[in-house]
Amino acid sequence: MPSSLSESRESRPRASAPHDRPVQLLDPSGRRVPHAPYDDYVADVSGDQLASLYEDLVIVRRLDVEATALQRQGELGLWPPLLGQEAAQVGSARVLRPDDFVFSSYRENAVAYCRGVKLTEMLNVWRGTALSGWNPYEVGMATPAIVIGTQALHAMGYAVGAKLDGEDSVAVAYFGDGATTQGDVNEAMVFAASFRAPVIFFCQNNQWAISEPVTLQAQRPIADRAPGFGIPSVRVDGNDVLAVMAVTRRAVEQAREGGGPTFIEAITYRMGPHTTSDDPSRYVDPLEREEWAGRDPLARVEAHLREAGVLDDALAASIARRADEAAAEFRAGCTEQTDPPPLAMFDHVYAEPHRGIDEQRRQFGEYLESFEEEN
Amino acid sequence: MAEMTLAKALNASLRRSLAHDDRVLIMGEDIGTLGGVFRVTDGLKKEFGGDRVMDMPLAESGILGMAVGLAFKGFRPVVEIQFDGFIYPAFDQIVTQVAKLHYRTRGNVRMPITIRVPFGGGIGAVEHHSESPEAYFAHTAGLRVVTCSTPQDAHTMLQQAIRCDDPVLFFEPKRRYWTKGEVDEDAIDRDDVLPMGSARVVVPGSDVTLVTYGPLVATAIDAAAAAAAESGGGDADAVSIEVIDLRSLAPVDVDTVVASVAKTGRLVIAHEAQRTGGIGADLAAELTDRCFYHLEAAPQRVTGFDIPYPASRHEEHFLPDLDRILDAVDRTMGRRPALYAGAVL
Ligand SMILES: Cc1ncc(C[n+]2csc(CCOP(=O)(O)OP(=O)(O)O)c2C)c(N)n1
Repeated sequence: MPSSLSESRESRPRASAPHDRPVQLLDPSGRRVPHAPYDDYVADVSGDQLASLYEDLVIVRRLDVEATALQRQGELGLWPPLLGQEAAQVGSARVLRPDDFVFSSYRENAVAYCRGVKLTEMLNVWRGTALSGWNPYEVGMATPAIVIGTQALHAMGYAVGAKLDGEDSVAVAYFGDGATTQGDVNEAMVFAASFRAPVIFFCQNNQWAISEPVTLQAQRPIADRAPGFGIPSVRVDGNDVLAVMAVTRRAVEQAREGGGPTFIEAITYRMGPHTTSDDPSRYVDPLEREEWAGRDPLARVEAHLREAGVLDDALAASIARRADEAAAEFRAGCTEQTDPPPLAMFDHVYAEPHRGIDEQRRQFGEYLESFEEEN
Repeated sequence: MAEMTLAKALNASLRRSLAHDDRVLIMGEDIGTLGGVFRVTDGLKKEFGGDRVMDMPLAESGILGMAVGLAFKGFRPVVEIQFDGFIYPAFDQIVTQVAKLHYRTRGNVRMPITIRVPFGGGIGAVEHHSESPEAYFAHTAGLRVVTCSTPQDAHTMLQQAIRCDDPVLFFEPKRRYWTKGEVDEDAIDRDDVLPMGSARVVVPGSDVTLVTYGPLVATAIDAAAAAAAESGGGDADAVSIEVIDLRSLAPVDVDTVVASVAKTGRLVIAHEAQRTGGIGADLAAELTDRCFYHLEAAPQRVTGFDIPYPASRHEEHFLPDLDRILDAVDRTMGRRPALYAGAVL
């Protein structure tokens, strides 16, 4: 018998996968593998369309690298890299319609990119010029949730609202493996099942919650939980953009038709640190990382497209150029941002006039002006 | 005008709100078929259907989180928390999400959520059923906190809260649910109706300002009557107390209290909630700042003690009553020694 809780944790084997084999349509070498019924959901994706998905992957990775550099140069306070998770994010987000609504956490910058969030707006949170970058209603994506798991409830509530309004739009909640331990995510699943809400729970199981391995959160595959709530679930190779697209399309289609929620577990890997302040060398086994590097989400699409004769060096070069242009725009949008004026911090606390805030703004304004008079 | 209990006034107010705006939804545990454990939502599901008056799974964080999503979608959820002591599982959603989303989204997303909470003691309930958690919420930027003390205010203020584009914590004095009063059901539509954020002078007076809210307003009115009648030794013994019902705890209508204290020179604040970090502490500090030269005596607080709400056989001692309030009034009048007389070395 293990003598302590931590020993019992460490001596336990990593969770294996008794659940379905994760859906995969492109294997790590780029070979197309058949997988019914999901083949049908991407039967219409032409070589050119796959190339445009590939371009997305390249661009979001390039932006991520640029943001990391901006943080290192002191232009951003922090950045949460998505390196390794590009396919999970792009594959799912590209399926959505403009009138669908996304509730994400802080790492879904590729999702934000796909939703049409302006590059500058993506950065001001991390630069500290605003608490959130964009108007959620312009892009169909809420302000990212920093508090782990909370957004699953908001997505569920939004989905119930869409249903009450008689619309066929869906809401998608993105969260990590660590988040599945939170009460909010579990409560969201109970409510979603009870109300047959058109919501997709999209879990990116990137194996880590900062330094904690997924085995500390779950002793069974995470997707196994959802059926207990009455929600169908599917595991998908999260590094396979085509497979992610297929399973998300199926879930979205079912939700639109009144079939209720689906839980998707995208199995992927966080190749970088949790954030730019993190030091994964303290907890990550380099061999494990190397193993996952062999399943890179970009490499397999590239190999597949080259094999199919869709991608050649000229196209690859033009994609790289577009990525560099996006990165340059990203950088400019970051460094050109100016600090907001001091009194702006009192804006938007309330929607309607509020005597307490109005008074404090007035007092602080007078205080600031008193210095100007002295000068 | 119709005479009705405070609970019935709330019920009528909800009915009007549902009819007034089809984006209003009522959500909570047992609020549909049963009509709520206090029957405040009685009959509403039958009238408006289960899509407007929704029984919720039993998870407070879930209910508030769902309300946030619905508000994102343009609805105006009115959530009932069954009892004060059960609001804490939803605390995170209220403080972190409901209160801050308008600010975090730079005004793009509104959270017009009303959270109804039966609060306070005095009904002999078991633990977790008699708490006064209002200060936690008054402390949180982005929330409005109000409480009613009469059927008329219950009727009007709840509709104001639901129409307000900000989130409102609406605290209902549960031991006054059965208090009856005249209600003008059209008051909300009149120009002279008191805005939700204002305090109200309930009893005019000239010697001492007594500020309270919710369940203690009735007690304060009794105290004022008793003090006025205390004329055993002639008129000199009678004390004229001005009673103010705060109504709004965030923001507090400080100006109304200042005007009163400038006139009386004395301030007593009463609430059921624990003393430390309470509404009374904040008000005493604000009034000391703004009325320093008007004050004849240090502001006095009459509050619950800094203990968890006790067993029901203790509650008569825990809850501020007429005698404890009059004791504090006497101290401001110099008729009894100040609590800390001589404490300054
Ligand atoms: C409620 C809460 N607790 C703790 C944190 C601090 N924190 C930030 S990210 C994180 C790990 C989250 O892991 P996971 O849900 O797997 O998402 P990932 O970062 O891997 O995308 C923690 C503990 C937080 N943001 N919110």
